Amino acid sequence: MGQIFSGLLNRLWGSKEVRILILGLDGAGKTTILYRLQIGEVVTTIPTIGFNVETVNYKNIKFQVWDLGGQTSIRPYWRCYYTNTDAIIYVVDSVDKDRIATSKEELIAMLDEEELKDAALLVFANKQDMEGAMSVMDVSNALGLSLLKNRTWTIFKCSAVTGEGLTEGMDWLVNTIEGKK
Amino acid sequence: MMMQKKDEDTDGDMFQRIDKSTVLQEARAFNEYPINPKKCQQILTKILYLLAHSEVFATAEATETFFSITKLFQSKDIPLRQMVYLTIKELSTIAEDVIMVTSSLVKDINSTSETIYRANAIRALCKITDSSMLQSIERFLKQAIVDKNPSVASAALVSSHHLFNKNKEVVKRWINEVQEAANSRGLATQYHAVGLMYLIKQHDRMAVIKMIQNYSSGLRSPYAYCMLVRYIAKILDEEDIDGNARGLYEILEGFLRHKNDMIVYEAARAICNMKNVTSKELYPAVSALQLMLVNPKVSLRFAAIRTLNKLSLTHPQAIVSCNLDIENLITDSNRSIATFAITTLLKTGNEASVDRLMKQISGFMSEIADEFKIIVVDAIRALCLKFPQKQTMMLNFLASILRDEGGYEYKKAIVDAIFDIVQSIPESREFAFSYLCEFIEDCEFTKLSVRILHLLGAEGPEVSQPSQYIRYIYNRIILENSTIRAAATSALAKFAIKIPELRERIKVLLTRCLEDVDDEVRDRASLYLRILDDEELCKKYIVNENTYSLNYLESSLQEYLEDEALRKTAFDISKVPIITKAQEKSEQLRIKTKTAGILASSAMNSAREPSPKKSAMAESIDPQQQYAMEMEAIPQLAALGKLFTSSTLTPLTELETEYVVGCVKHIFQEAIVFQFNVRNTLNDSVLENVSIVMDIASQDDENIDLLQPLYCIPCNQLLYDQPEKIYVVYKRPQQYTPSVTFSCLLKFIVKDCDPTTGEIDSEGFEDEYQLEDLELSIGDYVAPAFIINFQKAWDEIGDANEVVETYMLTAATSLKKAISSVIDMLGMTPCENSDIVEDRANTHALLLTGTFVGGIPCIARARMIYESSTGVTLELTVRSPVRAVCEILSNAIN
Repeated sequence: MGQIFSGLLNRLWGSKEVRILILGLDGAGKTTILYRLQIGEVVTTIPTIGFNVETVNYKNIKFQVWDLGGQTSIRPYWRCYYTNTDAIIYVVDSVDKDRIATSKEELIAMLDEEELKDAALLVFANKQDMEGAMSVMDVSNALGLSLLKNRTWTIFKCSAVTGEGLTEGMDWLVNTIEGKK
Repeated sequence: MMMQKKDEDTDGDMFQRIDKSTVLQEARAFNEYPINPKKCQQILTKILYLLAHSEVFATAEATETFFSITKLFQSKDIPLRQMVYLTIKELSTIAEDVIMVTSSLVKDINSTSETIYRANAIRALCKITDSSMLQSIERFLKQAIVDKNPSVASAALVSSHHLFNKNKEVVKRWINEVQEAANSRGLATQYHAVGLMYLIKQHDRMAVIKMIQNYSSGLRSPYAYCMLVRYIAKILDEEDIDGNARGLYEILEGFLRHKNDMIVYEAARAICNMKNVTSKELYPAVSALQLMLVNPKVSLRFAAIRTLNKLSLTHPQAIVSCNLDIENLITDSNRSIATFAITTLLKTGNEASVDRLMKQISGFMSEIADEFKIIVVDAIRALCLKFPQKQTMMLNFLASILRDEGGYEYKKAIVDAIFDIVQSIPESREFAFSYLCEFIEDCEFTKLSVRILHLLGAEGPEVSQPSQYIRYIYNRIILENSTIRAAATSALAKFAIKIPELRERIKVLLTRCLEDVDDEVRDRASLYLRILDDEELCKKYIVNENTYSLNYLESSLQEYLEDEALRKTAFDISKVPIITKAQEKSEQLRIKTKTAGILASSAMNSAREPSPKKSAMAESIDPQQQYAMEMEAIPQLAALGKLFTSSTLTPLTELETEYVVGCVKHIFQEAIVFQFNVRNTLNDSVLENVSIVMDIASQDDENIDLLQPLYCIPCNQLLYDQPEKIYVVYKRPQQYTPSVTFSCLLKFIVKDCDPTTGEIDSEGFEDEYQLEDLELSIGDYVAPAFIINFQKAWDEIGDANEVVETYMLTAATSLKKAISSVIDMLGMTPCENSDIVEDRANTHALLLTGTFVGGIPCIARARMIYESSTGVTLELTVRSPVRAVCEILSNAIN
């Protein structure tokens, strides 16, 4: 009943869906996070060749989430999907210390894009359930987040498998986006 | 009709001024947010419309459009999604990086609900996946093949069918799933599964036969059964009818009793098309077709009569039992059926029924299209040659339709028919000529008038009252255009030369032609007037029985015109071979009989759409001309002179081997060229410097040294599945015609290559490949020749050089086998259908003609007696103007 009502309200105020990109290197856990958010379950995934697009309802806001494949060959096409993006979820594999530098390069390159200058940035330091995972601070420093200018950003530790941290992240997104409006 | 009109109108609304750049602008709507499904769908339709009308999209444009389209995956609108799939499929070959939609498509395929577009997604996925990526989607396709939803399974099967050509190995691994799909409850799915299974097994004949036997009962899809019938037909076509194939015939016969018409028809047709089919085997098929002749469904009647019509060419006796039913079809409201009915009857009819038939035809000629009229005319021509006594009536008929309205092709067919009748039935000449004279009085086709005038000139003087034609011919000079006037002038001159009594009067007419406005006419007239004054010149130029070989003259003139250096000197005509008119005639007849069959069968198709006719015509160029053209393009081979004859293609390997090789033997005046057609069937290797090493393996001739290897023209690079030709040339003294067995070896450098990118390794190693032995036999030196009247030719050559030999062919188990092996060994052409033998006959006379290398005509009669204890006894009589040729040929049997 409540849902019908809020849907009605949304339509009355002409609120549109929120468009979100999930990016990150291959194997960071983007697709797993997407489906954890959408259906609340952990699904078995295969490397995404291309993209997945799903609608996620959270706190009466409709998120249209684009999960783009992270393989080297696919990263060049991320830019095709930048237009009209409200927020970016950047997923980092906290265990993969070897490639954190690459992850930083991709992040910086992406944030330089004109089309994304108003997009909010939510970083997930994923795979916290695993042994040897870097702490949030380490990840944040490795990515150089504190040096970001003119950007609404935050970082949360999370685990797509256990579900830890995802809610906090989404809550932050909801607040940020509502704040913007 | 109304429907179509309406369609065109709506077409106009949406697509009238559709333009690529505008559409690409509109396509930005795909990036908009939120998506308007209706609008996007329309834009996609426009893009598809442009692609379907061959609008060229540059790679960048296509890629950009493709990426905008990927945004549409956010919409759940089903019709839109289906349009997206369609457009992706079309763009997949133009745009780059189309694999970007892989994940999305896989998700759609795996969606659990009964989503309508799962099948569409499978098709799109297979289009965007290149062969190297196939393994990554293999799992989904295998699942889809056995999906319980028939449309999904069918989509996967059909897509696999397409993928098979790109990556055979991966698709072959799915055979178990395909087998399971063959038991699916979906009719189309069964059909697709059987088709794919055949594709996977097609090169393994035993496996195919097993599959056919396995599925010959128990399937539910009639389409699948029809496919099985076609596979059976294919195997029967490849194999001699014995052993295994025997069982296949029984399966076909079983299908004749199926309750589905389509299967019954397919089976009947397959039986009718079987090689060497016996009348006993034909009987059930013909009975089945006979039942269809009275079926209320037009399509069935049409199919049945068409098949019977084709059968009537080879087995007229087999269909006599249907004649009554076929006669009823003459009045069928469908004119195509009626046409086939008539022509079938014309072929099977006896003399008595011809009169009745001709009456019926006259009634309905005006109701059918030109294409069908041509079929009828051809049939009448054949009938007239068969029953010469009926020629008056036939000619009357042809003359009457000649008066009717009609296009060039139709009129040409009639004139051709009359010409043929004149050639083979001399008594008909006077009648025919008077009809033709009447026709040119009012003929709108210059080409036909010219041909008729030429015929009148050539043959007119020989009839009893030649002067009657002069008036007709001279009228042409007064009334017609310059081309016809020139032809008429020549025709008049021929009369003057051949009939001295008329000469002075015709000279008066020719003198008048000197005043003509046209150069050609004046030139001809003065030339002939000059010639007519001199009896010697008359003989030399006009009554001359020899002519240049026109094909050769044409090609050498062409060569002369294209080559600057050659043009500095005068054209040398002495190099062009001279042939007698009789030879030229027989050559024309040969080409005509060859094309006639093809035309008859293609005419039906072309009646529907005009394009296939052209391709049929192209195919009808006979292979020898094709070979000659190919070899003339190679300077070394062009130097050998004119090609005398070419053998058929002899396979030197099995069809399934790594390298497939076949050989065609070309005989030249002083050389033999072995043309090897080589195909590489390995997609991961490339052959370079491919040559053939030939060695004489066995011979029974002490002069064999006279046969000298000259050179081999190798092939530089042999890529996967791109056939190439290699030529080996041997020199041969003119009169020397040895029989030899050659051993053949394929030598090459093999290099690995990446099957997907085609990238070739720089390193390679030498290797060789043993081919089967190649036989060069006497039959290879004989060119086919066509004559109408065997007895006449036989008597003309006379028995001065006759050689008679008797042989025991113990290996031949039937007359049929003996006939085909004698034809093979001698390389000669059977006449008067003497290669067809009754099933139960014990004796047979085979009549053969040919031209031996050097242009020597040869003619042979082979009388055979069959006894089950001793095999076939053969008495071979060979006649030829040259004694040596008779001896060579009579010894060619082994």
